[in-house]
Amino acid sequence: MTKWYRENAPITAENLTDEWMRLKRGSVTRRHFLGVTGLGLAAAVLARQPGVFNATAYAEDLGKTMSLATWPNYHDPASFEAFTAATGVAVEVNVFGSNEEMLAKLQAGGTGWDLFVPTNYTISTYVKLGLIDPLDMAKLPAFSQASQSARFTSEGAIDGTTYALPKNWGTTGMAVNTSKIKTKIASWKDFFEVAMTEADGRAMVHDYQLTTIGSALVSLGYSFNSIKPEELAKAEELLIKVKPHLYGINSDYQPGMRATDAWMTMCWTNDGAQLNRDMPEIAYILGTDGGEIWTDFYAIPKSAANKPAGYALLDYLMTPEHAVKEHIANGAPTTDSRVLALLPADVTSNKIVYPDEASLTKLEFGAAVTLTDPARAELMARFKSA
Amino acid sequence: MPMTTDRKRQLLTAALVAPAGLWLFVFLVLPFMAMVVFSFGERAPEGGYQPAFTFAQFANLPSRAAAFWNTMMIAPAGALLCLIVAYPVAYYLAVKSNPKYRLMLVSLVVVPFWTSLLVRTYAWMYILGSRGIPNLLSMIGIEDVRLLNTPGAVLLGIVYGYLPLMIMPIYVSLEKLDRRLLEASADLGARPVSTFFSITLPLSLPGVMTGVALVTILLLGEYLIPQLLGGGKVFFIGNALVDLFLQSRNWPFGSAIAVTLVVVVVIVLTVAMRIAWKVSGSRQVDLV
Repeated sequence: MTKWYRENAPITAENLTDEWMRLKRGSVTRRHFLGVTGLGLAAAVLARQPGVFNATAYAEDLGKTMSLATWPNYHDPASFEAFTAATGVAVEVNVFGSNEEMLAKLQAGGTGWDLFVPTNYTISTYVKLGLIDPLDMAKLPAFSQASQSARFTSEGAIDGTTYALPKNWGTTGMAVNTSKIKTKIASWKDFFEVAMTEADGRAMVHDYQLTTIGSALVSLGYSFNSIKPEELAKAEELLIKVKPHLYGINSDYQPGMRATDAWMTMCWTNDGAQLNRDMPEIAYILGTDGGEIWTDFYAIPKSAANKPAGYALLDYLMTPEHAVKEHIANGAPTTDSRVLALLPADVTSNKIVYPDEASLTKLEFGAAVTLTDPARAELMARFKSA
Repeated sequence: MPMTTDRKRQLLTAALVAPAGLWLFVFLVLPFMAMVVFSFGERAPEGGYQPAFTFAQFANLPSRAAAFWNTMMIAPAGALLCLIVAYPVAYYLAVKSNPKYRLMLVSLVVVPFWTSLLVRTYAWMYILGSRGIPNLLSMIGIEDVRLLNTPGAVLLGIVYGYLPLMIMPIYVSLEKLDRRLLEASADLGARPVSTFFSITLPLSLPGVMTGVALVTILLLGEYLIPQLLGGGKVFFIGNALVDLFLQSRNWPFGSAIAVTLVVVVVIVLTVAMRIAWKVSGSRQVDLV
């Protein structure tokens, strides 16, 4: 692996862990450990500030396992392996297709998740329902509010209390296999038209009310977040008309796109970047008529069984040296300027990941009301069972 | 006073039945009662359940007519297809196979159960996907065949997944078949085909009925196979239920559908089994 992002970095977590294990095995002396890791100096400095040193996340008993609820193709598996190597805690990963599914599981109780990845528009509802706790920022020293972009991260805090920390932002656009589809697709209007014609039987929509209904609304010239009955009725009509022509209704569309069973799909930035990286013929397109811009956050459920491990993993992932690997693997843009500075130029210049500001102006953040609106929920369920 | 033998027997029976009875009461009867209560309630503003007394959920049932229809059509069709594939296999195992290898052959039928149905169904996604069979077909000039995410793929997955459940009961009933009946039939001049239809098939009917009922009941609640091989487009009532509980969080409506499904299944199966047992019962032959 290239080392560009480690230059000038004193020590990485892996190296720290390696050295720690060597010390534990007795193969190096304590003096060597403290010297090579810089901890000797750090301890000398920190010893003068009581309360800081014992606030490190790993000070508590982290247990043996923890559970993370997240999205498909969303992490670098190596991150978890490194975390396990560093802490001894194995990470069990659960993958979901929609925020509604995550909410339903948390409402029903007994998820066992210690950390999960909700999207911006859901956080206020989680707080209202008492399903997540405020974060104890003392346990998250790696996070830096100052280096965050407020445009993407403001929904993590409610009335000044931080409930969630940003993972990354992104957009919801279209992935199109240009070697199969010759029509130029620029808008959601085009998407639904081509889905019924040239891409008949080859298009996918998400199994997710926000983006599937939202994009249908946008293609009809309405707001992505509309809950107006007459506009929703139009969107339902369109979706039910399109349904027989679809290849599938699934939020895990990478397998279908990679196998070229599907030629076109609703797509999130990170999947678009991953698909385009491996199959350059797959283009990622933002709708000129609108669509979604979003931020995914990390939050800790109130019901978490192993909160210390939840905090430890969160702090681990907030460390820029670790976050940068996540961003390279996952392909979603960062909200943290510390991470941005570490990212290689081929990532930051990738227009899928960091699109021009102009292409973002028509996009809308999801609105909290769409999560709980019964009409949207029932519309999606009717569309699927039609 | 010492207990009578009868009383002892009754106590023993009660003691033996109690664990299963308790299990069924706690995990079947109580949840079902909760579901009935829920089905008259309302969806809470953020989803879930809030108490009420309304028939609105039952009035909304027609909106899931397509899912009910799919389930009611594909479940029996799947069971029938299973039967057509399973019967010859069971017949071969019970009647024609070498007794020396019979046990091994029967266990081969069960071997797939050692792997999770999820994994095996996932494998079908790759076999039916563009890089699987359609890729092979394109090599001989048949282009752009789409198999995955079609009702055919779902049926194939069903037959594959449920075949052992159909083979076993038929095998058991055929194995008990008295060979002397077949010899008598041949002695009396019946050809093999008519022997099969007037002796073998009727006598194996209990096994056939058990298999069909078993597979149909399980299929009525099927969720996984339509989800994976139907791509969310071939929609069973099981999928509608998952959606209502795990996406739109409409517990009362989900409960109403579940209660309706249970009622429909009980009625359909009672009628079907009555007819079937009558047919097979009237032809029961006692040799001794």
